Amino acid sequence: MRPLEGVKVLDFSQYLAGPSATLRLADLGAKVVKVEREGVGDGCRNLRVPDCEIEGESPLFCAVNRNKDSICLNLKAEESKKSLEKLIRESDVGVFSFRPGVAERLGLSYEDIRKWNPRLIYAEVSGYGSEGPWAKKPGQDLLAQSLSGLPWLNGNAGDAPTPMGLSIADMFAGQYLVQGIISALIRRENTGEGGYIQVNLLESITDVQFEVLTTYLNDGHCPPQRCSVNNANAYISAPYGVYETKEGYLAIAMCSIVVLGQLLGCDELLKYTDESEWAIKRDAIKEILKEHLMKNTAEHWLGILEAADIWCSRVLNWDELFQEEGFQVLGMLQDIRRDRNTVFQTTRCPITIDGERYYSDKPVPMLGQNNEQYL
Amino acid sequence: MKPLEGIVVLDFSQYLAGPSCSLRLADLGARVIKIERPGSGDNCRRTILKNMVIEDDSLLFHTINRSKESYCANMKDPDDLKILKMLIKKADVMIENFRPGVMKKNGLDYENVRGINPRIVYGTITGYGDKGPWAKKPGQDLVVQSMSGLTWLNGNGGNPPTPFGLSVVDSYTGVHLAEGILAALYRRIKTGRGAQVQVSLMESALDMQFEGITAYLNGGKKLPVRAEYNNAHPYLAAPYGIYRTRDGCIALSQGSLKDLASYLELPELNEYDPGDEFGKRDEIKKLIGSRLIQQTTNHWLAILEKEDYWCCEVYTWEKMLESEGFKELKFLQTLELMDGREIVTSRCPIKVDGEAYYSRRPGPKLGADTEKIRQEIGEVEA
Repeated sequence: MRPLEGVKVLDFSQYLAGPSATLRLADLGAKVVKVEREGVGDGCRNLRVPDCEIEGESPLFCAVNRNKDSICLNLKAEESKKSLEKLIRESDVGVFSFRPGVAERLGLSYEDIRKWNPRLIYAEVSGYGSEGPWAKKPGQDLLAQSLSGLPWLNGNAGDAPTPMGLSIADMFAGQYLVQGIISALIRRENTGEGGYIQVNLLESITDVQFEVLTTYLNDGHCPPQRCSVNNANAYISAPYGVYETKEGYLAIAMCSIVVLGQLLGCDELLKYTDESEWAIKRDAIKEILKEHLMKNTAEHWLGILEAADIWCSRVLNWDELFQEEGFQVLGMLQDIRRDRNTVFQTTRCPITIDGERYYSDKPVPMLGQNNEQYL
Repeated sequence: MKPLEGIVVLDFSQYLAGPSCSLRLADLGARVIKIERPGSGDNCRRTILKNMVIEDDSLLFHTINRSKESYCANMKDPDDLKILKMLIKKADVMIENFRPGVMKKNGLDYENVRGINPRIVYGTITGYGDKGPWAKKPGQDLVVQSMSGLTWLNGNGGNPPTPFGLSVVDSYTGVHLAEGILAALYRRIKTGRGAQVQVSLMESALDMQFEGITAYLNGGKKLPVRAEYNNAHPYLAAPYGIYRTRDGCIALSQGSLKDLASYLELPELNEYDPGDEFGKRDEIKKLIGSRLIQQTTNHWLAILEKEDYWCCEVYTWEKMLESEGFKELKFLQTLELMDGREIVTSRCPIKVDGEAYYSRRPGPKLGADTEKIRQEIGEVEA
C-alpha cells in the first residue's frame, strides 16, 4: 500500500511549484485532480520547448502533471459554486497558488473553505508571503532567486551574478509544501482538525542558502566572494571545483592540497602546508591545479585519485550518464502509457519505500478530461 | 499544536543531507536526538567555514543542528548497543547515512531494527543506492552534481560545466527523505506498521532535473543548450536572464518581445518572428543587454514595473536584509548560547495555521543529553 492511498487532493495551482508538490503526493499514493480554467488550463501547458512536443503538450507540463486527473471550472461563475463546494467537502487537501487577494475574491480563502470542510489541509504557495510590500509582486522563480542574493554565490568572481540554471526556488518551495501537507495530515489523525500550510518562493530559496547565509549573518556581514577560478562554493577552500583536463572534465571535492600535490605529481602545490592558506589563497592554488590537470586526461587523473580515496569524479552529461551501469541499476526512468502505448519517458519518484520503487504509468490529463466523473 | 509533536527521531547521520532532514522534523515539532560517536561526534562539528567556531563547534554545526539533543554511544560497544536498542524500541523514526553495509555490521540495519520495533520508520540516505558499481563510491554533493549532468545546465554556454554554488543535492535529498518519512508515519497511523525509506543523492539530483530530462528523452535526445549570454535556464527562451545595468543588475522573466521593444525603446526587437525567442536567443539577449547597460536599474524598474512586466533588481544579501519586503517576512531568528552569546540564522520556511515557528536552542554539545536520556530509559524500564 502506498503511504498516501485514500488521500484526495484538489489542485488549483499552476506552473511548477504547486504542481510539483501534487506530483509527489500522487506518486506517494494520493489521488490528484487538477482544477483548470476552461479553454486554457494550467499556464504551463503553453511553456513551449523547441522540437519537443508530447501528445501536443509541452514536455515541461508533461513531466510535472502525469499521474493526475483534470477538470475545468469557471471559478468566477455562480453556477460553479455548488460543484466546488461538493468537491472541497470530499477532499483532504487543497493546493493553491493564486496571487494574494485572488482567493478571497473568488471565495476560496482558507477562511471560506474551512466552513465547507474543517478537515481540509489548505496549502498555499506564494512568491513572498501574503502580507507586506512584496505580497503582490509576481511570484516567479528567477525573480525570487534574484531577490534572495543567490546569484552572487553561483558562477565565478567577475561574472555577472549568475542564477542557478533550473527553477530551483519553485522546486524547493513545492517540496516544502509537501512536507507541510503531510505533517498536517498526520496531525489531523490526532486532532480531527485540518490546517493551513503556507510556503513562499523567497523564504524557500533563502532556506536553501541557510548554511552560508548563517555564516554571513554572524561574521559581520562580509559579502560572499566567489572563487575567480572554477567556483563551486564561495565558502569552501581549494581544491573544491570542476577542472578541465586534456580530455574531459574532472570534479574534485574537499581534500588536502599537499596530498593532492603528491598524488598528481604537482610540486608547486607542496608548499601549501598551512591549511588556512587553502582558503585564503584558494584562487592561486586552483590556478596551479587548473594548469597542471590540463597535462593529462580525466581518466588518467581519476585512476590516481580514486585509488587514494579522494572525493572526485568525471563530469558527465546526460548522454554519458545514461550509459553508465551505475545509473541503469537505479531504474530511474519510466514509460508513461496511454491505452497501452508508450507516449513518453520521464523520471520516477526519487523515494523508495519498503524496497519498492514507485513507478506510475498514468499519463498527463487532457484539459477537463474528467469533468463527467467529478462534476 | 505543532504537527509532529510526540514523534521521537533518532538521527545517526552526519554532515548535511540527513541532519537537514531531522532539522525540518524538529522544526515541525518532533524531538530529535542525535546519536553520536563518543569523543568526536558528527563530523560537521569540525567543518568550519570562514573560521567561525562557537563553543568548540563550528557555526555550521549549530546552523544545521539547532533544536536537537545529543546522545553519545559507541555502536561497537555491547553495553552501549544494548541501551541504543532500548532507545530504538521507544523511537518513531531512525535516520542513518552510513556507507552501505555499515549498519548491518553493527546489527542496526532495517531488518534487525524492525525486529526490535516493527513500528519504526527507518530512513537511509546513500550516494547512489545500495546496489551496482557505484554503491561504495563516496556520496558527496559536488561529485554527484558532476555525475548527474547538473553542471551542464548552469553558467553560460561557452563556459566549462559549472556546478551550482551550494550543496543543493544534499539539501534536496534531505527534503525527499523527510517526505518519505512523513508519508510513512501517516500510513503507520492506518496500518500500525513502520517502513523503510531510502533515498540517494543521485536519484534526488536526477529528480531536480526532471523537466529537462523529460524534454531530452522525448525530443531526440538533444543535450541541453545553455544560453551563451546571461544563461538562466537552458529550456527557457529570451529574454529570461539577469542583465547588467549602468549601476547594478536586473532580472527579466519571460515576456513578450514586442512589449519589451516598446518599454525599452528598442525597435530592433520588433524584427524578430515568433520562435526566434529560442532560435535566436543569444542574439536577442545581447541586444537587450546592450540597451539595459545604458541606464540605471531604477530607471528600468520604474518603466517595467509600471507596465507589470515581470522583473526585479538583483539583490545582494545586504540589500535583501535591508528591504521592507524581507523584513516583513520575519524570516530570521536568534539562537541563544549558554554564555549569553547569540547566533542569527533563518527559521523554518513552512508556516502552519498562520504561525511561523521560531526556536532559540542552539546545537547541542556533544553528549549533552546522554545522562538525561539514560535516566529516561531507566525510568521507563523500571
